[in-house]
Amino acid sequence: MEWLTEFPQIPGRELRQLARSIDQQYRAFSRAWGESIENFFRPLLDFLLWFEDVLISTPWFIIIAVLTAVVWFASRSKTITAGTMIALVLIGLFGMWEPTMQTLSIIVVCTLLSILIGMPIGILMSRSDKLQAIVNPILDVMQTMPSFVYLIPIVMLLGIGLIPGLIVVVIYAMPPIIRLTNLGIRLVDKEVLEAANAFGSSSWQKLVQVQLPLSLPTIMAGINQTIMMALAMVVVASLIGVRGLGQPVLQAITNQYFTQGVLNGMAIVAIAIIFDRASQAYGKRLQRHREAAHG
Amino acid sequence: MDKSAISVRNLYKIFGPNDRELVEQVKKGMSKTDLLAEHNHVLGLKDINLDMPAGGIQVVMGLSGSGKSTLIRHLNRLIEPSAGEVYVGDDDVLRMSAKDLREFRRHRISMVFQRFGLLPHKTVIDNVAYGLAVMGKSAREQREGAMGWIERVGLAGFEENYPAQLSGGMQQRVGLARALATDADILLMDEAFSALDPLIRTDMQGVLLDLQKDLHKTIVFITHDLDEALRLGEKIAILRDGEIIQQGTAQEIVLKPADDYIESFVKEVNRGRVVQVETIMEPAPEGANTIGLTVEKGSIIETAARLMSEADVTSAIVTQNGTPIGRVTMRQIMAAVATPNLKEALAA
Repeated sequence: MEWLTEFPQIPGRELRQLARSIDQQYRAFSRAWGESIENFFRPLLDFLLWFEDVLISTPWFIIIAVLTAVVWFASRSKTITAGTMIALVLIGLFGMWEPTMQTLSIIVVCTLLSILIGMPIGILMSRSDKLQAIVNPILDVMQTMPSFVYLIPIVMLLGIGLIPGLIVVVIYAMPPIIRLTNLGIRLVDKEVLEAANAFGSSSWQKLVQVQLPLSLPTIMAGINQTIMMALAMVVVASLIGVRGLGQPVLQAITNQYFTQGVLNGMAIVAIAIIFDRASQAYGKRLQRHREAAHG
Repeated sequence: MDKSAISVRNLYKIFGPNDRELVEQVKKGMSKTDLLAEHNHVLGLKDINLDMPAGGIQVVMGLSGSGKSTLIRHLNRLIEPSAGEVYVGDDDVLRMSAKDLREFRRHRISMVFQRFGLLPHKTVIDNVAYGLAVMGKSAREQREGAMGWIERVGLAGFEENYPAQLSGGMQQRVGLARALATDADILLMDEAFSALDPLIRTDMQGVLLDLQKDLHKTIVFITHDLDEALRLGEKIAILRDGEIIQQGTAQEIVLKPADDYIESFVKEVNRGRVVQVETIMEPAPEGANTIGLTVEKGSIIETAARLMSEADVTSAIVTQNGTPIGRVTMRQIMAAVATPNLKEALAA
């Protein structure tokens, strides 16, 4: 009656064999395709390196001026703009300028990539319940699977470097933009949509003139979440060779450099808060038309 | 057939996945209750036949759940029927391809919605220009086309406001201007004034009637309010549980309600505004002339009564194109207004 107390599992030898054969097949696949996949991502890598270079080689005061201006035009808030400037100056003073620029570049590229891929998926999902039923569980896996687990096949396939780091960050950061684009479009007032139909709008006209503008607040919340999640992945991505604020943190963990860890961590927090406040204030400004002055 | 006349033939609508098969059973006599109990499908419309003349106002009246909003959505095919035919002019609306249907909606039929259906992120002028934008008109044409209608509905000066900044009545003026701006011959109005305060509603009815004097559109107006139906409708159809139970002019509905259901509505109506003088007049006396007070055939008795009291007389001659055809007295008018059953009053 051993099976009552011990779970009747697959014998260890067979399990090991199964794992080994899957690993071998994947290795063969990565040997055969690794290079072409790398070449496929080459333009992206070039763009990332170019953007990083631009951020680092541009004089620091210009970067501060540009970032402050962007935050001002997005938020129109003096507090947020002043906070941005102070945070950037402090980051520079404490010697974290270059890694901050590296992190900034990868966050910007990852966010753009997530929006570029995620929004169309979200739009398609909003049009088909079937697709929604298929994509939702995939998104659940992307968000809950420990990121270290999908680091393994990606590193096996592409080695260590910026591109695998980018992929890891995008996998983790993309679900919110997909989910909230889908949700936003599904929540658009049915009567407004019916009116658009009644005037003979094509589905593209409906998307551009009605659905996207009206779901923009929700989509903005998705973009905000995507940025936050990308930032949260910076340290994990540094494990596979992504430079930036993650690496000093990693170094600090292994060597018990408390101050270095805290400073770099604070820089990540500062960037996160700047992005968050600026994008939320922008989203709110898009909603001005809802502020009714009922007559 | 006139290009903008609408004709509905044997229209059925059942809500549910197997609607087309179940139509046959409904045609054979299955009731709404049985359909729901046995097949879990809802009967929306049953054997609707309706002819709406070009250039007139057809009102479809019914309480909530009667299927009136479902019916109007078949005319521009926002809802697909389970069986039946819808013709606009000689065009079969249900046979149109997706592209033809878009063109039809862009140029020939437009719609005003109960809760306005305005685009909250666009200004008044961009909302009014929406139909023109969908047609692909240039920015200048859109602006010019929209401005004219904004002025016409009395919203000049508000063109850069957002809908949320306007009152309900003003928002519906935007909705009306948007529908008129496409120059479509047919105007569908789905409880267009029901969400408005009573005073604003009367005001908007006036706006619509004034516009109609110049425009002569084919208007299909949905309402649950009998007073509104009687005021606007040249023809009225009354819908109950998805079936048309009576069609006719306002006077026909008020004077000859088809059943107790309609009679219960009609009881509360101000007959003075509905009944016309020729309905209650007696034959003109010998040698009647038009020297004294006259009222034209087709006038409502309220107007006749007002004229009579102003002139301090108790009777008036009814004329048609200047010749006397009968006589109404104040007593007849009082009887018509006061007595619930007009036929008995006239017989007495």
